[in-house]
Amino acid sequence: MPAAQEHPQTRAPVWDDHRIEVILGNLLRFGVLLSAAVVLAGGCVYLSHHAHEKADYRIFRGEPSEYRTIPGVIQSLGHNPGRGRGLIQLGLLLLIATPIARVAFSIVGFALERDRMYVVFTLIVLAVLLYSLLGSGMGM
Amino acid sequence: MTILNFTAVVAIVSFVAGLLGSLTGLGGGVVLVPLLTILFHVDIRYAIGASLVSVIATSSGAAAAYVKEGFSNIRIGMFLEIATTFGALMGAFLATRIPTSALAAIFGAVLLYSAYLSRKPRPLDQRNLPPDPLATRLRMNGSFPDLEGERSYNVQHVPAGFSLMFGAGALSGLLGIGSGAVKVLAMDQAMRIPFKVSTTTSNFMIGVTAAASAGVYLSRGYVDPGLAMPVMLGVLAGSLLGSRILVKAETKSLRLVFSVVILVLGLQMLYKGLWGKI
Repeated sequence: MPAAQEHPQTRAPVWDDHRIEVILGNLLRFGVLLSAAVVLAGGCVYLSHHAHEKADYRIFRGEPSEYRTIPGVIQSLGHNPGRGRGLIQLGLLLLIATPIARVAFSIVGFALERDRMYVVFTLIVLAVLLYSLLGSGMGM
Repeated sequence: MTILNFTAVVAIVSFVAGLLGSLTGLGGGVVLVPLLTILFHVDIRYAIGASLVSVIATSSGAAAAYVKEGFSNIRIGMFLEIATTFGALMGAFLATRIPTSALAAIFGAVLLYSAYLSRKPRPLDQRNLPPDPLATRLRMNGSFPDLEGERSYNVQHVPAGFSLMFGAGALSGLLGIGSGAVKVLAMDQAMRIPFKVSTTTSNFMIGVTAAASAGVYLSRGYVDPGLAMPVMLGVLAGSLLGSRILVKAETKSLRLVFSVVILVLGLQMLYKGLWGKI
């Protein structure tokens, strides 16, 4: 039996990682529950206006521009007919933001552990995520 | 069908998919797109947009429960997320370029592979592997609580795992799924990460990967609020319930049933894709 499995010097960072993860896990759960509540509220408003119309998703038309961008979604909340859909879309934006927030907080975690290499890795991941959410619609 | 009926039926189907996906560990997202396209005649692009959103919800919703167990490795996760997010971005851009029949055919092939994988016995965790220099430099080796106390592990074949995870990310971005099947190849078989660690770590990664393609989908108008609402709420509720009730005795037959469902849906998608019926 190899007894060389004990690494007392790695104990402390392992525990630190775990503490960061518990915070991040709770953050994720909070984000999901918040976004689910907003989506549910939006769904109720949407159904109260459109319940008896015909559902048709056979043909792809693409969403109107107000449901494609962050400013568009926020603006649509001011219009009465679009409020339900706009609210759902806002909830979905919160949902997409949740893992992005997780990655952003990980940078703090790695910085506290003075792990520069992983601060850089996490910044790369964050840059890709922000590009997708903020930049990918610009070049159309 | 009126919007009210459509919303109710889609919510119920999504709930069942989320519940079965979580009970069997096979993921609910993989059956959603074929169900929406085949049963409800939803355009595959809307289906992929809605499914992707639900993947973020289940991954993030389960994270808190997984974290408590203390198995996941955030360094392995973050390093591989570089590969999966770039892959997801590429996959999402590709999805807007290739014809929907090709999307359906690729989806079918992935479903068939998932069905095959779900019937294959899981390879046993190999213990006491020698430390790999690259994995050591990247500080990926770790330990987790096991029955016999703290068990340490050494990660292997980092470049192979990284490349495979790029593929997993691309598939996730292309098809709006969590890509659990490719993850098994990369983390369990190439990198030799113990099963408990790889499962919980990949759960974290799936949400981040999906978020990377969600922005592209959103800006291309693939995310329809009326469809995404019942799908996201249904899958989330189903998977949260599934993670609460652990019916250990039932999972084996449940897994068999679910993998048959995946197989049938895979054949359907492949047929529809190859014969241009989508």
